[in-house]
Amino acid sequence: MLTENQNLSLNHKPGHVKHDGHNMTGFIIFLCSESIIFFAFFVGYSVLKISAPVWYPAGINGIDIKMPLINTVILVSSSFVIYFAEKYLHKKNLWGFRIIWFITMIMGSYFVYGQYVEWSELTFSLQSGAFGGMFYLLTGFHGLHVITGILLMGLMLFRSFIPDNYKGGEMGVESVSLFWHFVDVIWIILFGLIYLWQ
Amino acid sequence: MTIVNYDPRLVKTKNPYPKGPNDWKRFFSFNTDAKVIGIQYIVTALFFLLIGGLLGMLIRGELITPPSDLFDPTVYNGLYTMHGTIMLFLFLFPILSGLTNLLVPPMIGAPDMAFPKLNALAFWLVPVFSIILLLSFFVPGGPASSGWWSYPPISIQNPLGKVLNGEMLWIIAISLSGISSIIGAVNFVTTIIRMRAPGMGFFKMPIFIWTVLAAQLLQLLGLPALTGGAIMLFFDLTFGTSFFRVEGGGDPVLFQHFFWFYSHPAVYVMVLPVFGIFSELFPVYSRKPLFGYKFVAVASFGITILSLVVWVHHMFYTGTPMWMRNLFMFTTMLIAVPTGVKVFAWIATLWGGNIRLSTPMLFCLGGLFNFIFGGITGVMLATVPVDIHVGNTYFVVAHFHYIIFNTIAFGIFAAIYHWFPKFTGKMFYEGLGKVHFALTFIGATLNWLPLHWAGLLGMPRRVASYDPEFAIWNVLASIGAFILGVASIPFILNMVSSWVRGKSAPPNPWKAIGLEWLLPSPPPHENFEEDIPTVLNEPYCYGLDKPFVEDEQFYIEKSLKKI
Repeated sequence: MLTENQNLSLNHKPGHVKHDGHNMTGFIIFLCSESIIFFAFFVGYSVLKISAPVWYPAGINGIDIKMPLINTVILVSSSFVIYFAEKYLHKKNLWGFRIIWFITMIMGSYFVYGQYVEWSELTFSLQSGAFGGMFYLLTGFHGLHVITGILLMGLMLFRSFIPDNYKGGEMGVESVSLFWHFVDVIWIILFGLIYLWQ
Repeated sequence: MTIVNYDPRLVKTKNPYPKGPNDWKRFFSFNTDAKVIGIQYIVTALFFLLIGGLLGMLIRGELITPPSDLFDPTVYNGLYTMHGTIMLFLFLFPILSGLTNLLVPPMIGAPDMAFPKLNALAFWLVPVFSIILLLSFFVPGGPASSGWWSYPPISIQNPLGKVLNGEMLWIIAISLSGISSIIGAVNFVTTIIRMRAPGMGFFKMPIFIWTVLAAQLLQLLGLPALTGGAIMLFFDLTFGTSFFRVEGGGDPVLFQHFFWFYSHPAVYVMVLPVFGIFSELFPVYSRKPLFGYKFVAVASFGITILSLVVWVHHMFYTGTPMWMRNLFMFTTMLIAVPTGVKVFAWIATLWGGNIRLSTPMLFCLGGLFNFIFGGITGVMLATVPVDIHVGNTYFVVAHFHYIIFNTIAFGIFAAIYHWFPKFTGKMFYEGLGKVHFALTFIGATLNWLPLHWAGLLGMPRRVASYDPEFAIWNVLASIGAFILGVASIPFILNMVSSWVRGKSAPPNPWKAIGLEWLLPSPPPHENFEEDIPTVLNEPYCYGLDKPFVEDEQFYIEKSLKKI
C-alpha cells in the first residue's frame, strides 16, 4: 500500500534544468559594461577637445602618426591571427594552436613595446593640460588592457599543457580571444580619436 | 515498492546548512551560498543605517537652532558628505543587493546564483570599502567634505596638500563599491537570463525579478561612466592632471555629466526593486491579482531606458543651453508615464481587495503614499523655472528624502518583514512591527514634510547656520529625525528577539503565491535542487482558477515535511 504522500510523489514528474555554461554570458555582459568606461573617456576627450581654444600643450602642433600606425596594423592583424589559433584548437591540433597563440602574444607584446617607445619620445607629460592627461589616460588604460590580455593568453598557453584541459570545453580560450577582439576594437576607436582627428 | 525506494525524489533533502543548522560562524566566513550572503549584506547594511542615521541626527541637532553652535562649519561639511555617502553606498546599495541575493534564486527556482564565488567576493568588498571610508574620519583634514556628489573644483582643492586625504579615500571607497556593484550586476543578470525554472518565460516572471533585471542592466550601463569620472577625479586630485581644472584647459562641468549620467539612474537602481516589492506585496495582502501584470513588467524597462537620458535635469543651473534644458525637462517628465502606470496598477490592485493591514502591508501603503507625494514634487523639480528657483534649497533635500527614505527604505522594511519568516524560519512580533511602522511614518513625515516649506522660502542646503525665519520648519524636522532614531529600537528588538526565540514559521505564512513560498522555511541549501517546479502562470492569480505550477500539491506537501 502506498500512502497518499507517496502517491502524490509517484505521479509527479520532476523538472530537470541544466545549469551550466553561463560563464560566457557573464563575460559578455562584463565586456559590454567595461566598454562604457572607455566610452566615457572617449566622450570626455571629444567634449574637452571641441570646447578647448588651444588643445595641444605649448610647442606641440600634433603627434607623430607613424609609430602608432605600425602598432595599429600589428594589433588589428593579431585579431585575425588569434582567430586561426582558435580554429586549430577546434580541430584538436594542439601544437598548431600553441604556436599561433604564441605568435599572437608576441604581436601583443610588440604593441606594448611600441607604446613604450612612443611614450618615451614624447615631449609632454601627464600634467600638460587637458590633452596631456587625456592622451596618457586613454593610451595607458588601453595599454593596461593589452597587458592583461597578454597575461591571460600566457595563462591559457600554460593550461594547454595540462592533459585533458579542453575536455570540458574551450571557454577560457574563447573568452580571452573575445577579450582580445574587444581590446582591438577599442584601439581602432582610440586611434581615430587621438591620431587621425588632429 | 522497489521503484519507490529508488525514486530520487524521496531521498532525504540535504541539511539546509551543511555545517550544522545553528552554525552562526557561516555568516562570518567566505560563504558562497546566496542565502548566507544575502543575510550578510542585510545585517551589514542595517549596521551602517545606524551609523548614517546617527550622522543624520547630528546634522539635525546642529540645525535645530539657526546659528552654527554644535559643530564647526567645516566639520558640518564632512558630516553631510559622509551621511549621504554612507546611506547610499553602505546602506541602500548593499541592502538591496542582500534582498536580491535572498530572493532571486528561490523566486526563479535556481539553486544559487550563477557565480557563487564572485557573489561572495562582491559582498566582502563591502566591509573593505566601508572601513576605508570610515578611516577617512581619522586622516588629517577629516573626511571628504564636498558633498556626496564631489563636484570639482571643491573636491580637488586638497587644502592641506597631503597625498593621503579624505577625498582620496572617498574616491577609492566609491570605486571599490562600483566594482562590487558591477560584479553583483553581472551575476544577477546572468542568473535571471540563464537559470529560470522550466516554463518561466519572461512574462511569467515575478515583477520583482523584472525590476531587478531592469535595475541591474542600468547598473551595467551607467556605473562605468561614474567609474571613468572617478578615475579622472583621482588623477586630478593626486597626480595634478587637468581634466576638471579650468586653469589647465579642463572642464568641471564634465565631471557633473559623468556623475549624473550614473547617479540619476542610481536612484532608479534603488527604487526599481522597491517597485518590485510593492508589486509582490499588494496582491498578497489584498488577495487580488496584480492589475495589468504585463504593463507593470514592461514599464520597468521603460524607466530603465528613459532614465539614461534625463541626467542634465540636475544641471539646469550650470549654464546649460536652453534647448538642452527643454529636452531634458521633457524626458524627465516622460518618466512620470511608466511610473504612473505602476502607481495606477497598484491602486487598481488594492481597489475592492480584501486588505490585511499587517506590518509589511502598512509599510507598503506608507511607501506608496510617500512615493506619490515625492513623485509630484519630482515633476515640479523637472520644470526648469521651478528648478532654477528651488535648486540647491531644502526643497530638493525634502524631495530626495521622500524618495530615498520614505519610499525606498519603507519598501525595504516591508520586504524585510514580509520575507523574514521565509529566510529565518521564525515569525516576527506583529505588535512591535506596527510600533516600528507608526514611529517611522510619523518621524519621516515630520522630518521631511516641513523642509518643503523651508526650501520654497529659500533656505539653502549644506550650510550649518541659517536665517531665523526658517527656524520653525527646522525644529519640526529635527524632532522628526529624533523620532526616526527612536524607531530603530522596536525594529532591532523585533528582529533580534524573534530570530532568537520567535515562533517557528510555516512554509507559507501569508498564503502567498510564488516559487519561494513552495520551499520550507528556511529554504534548504540549494532550494529545489534537481526537482524544480514547472511554472504555468505568473504568480499573481489570487482568486482565479489558474494553477501556478505543475503538481503544486506535491511541492506544498514536500515543503511541510520536517527536514
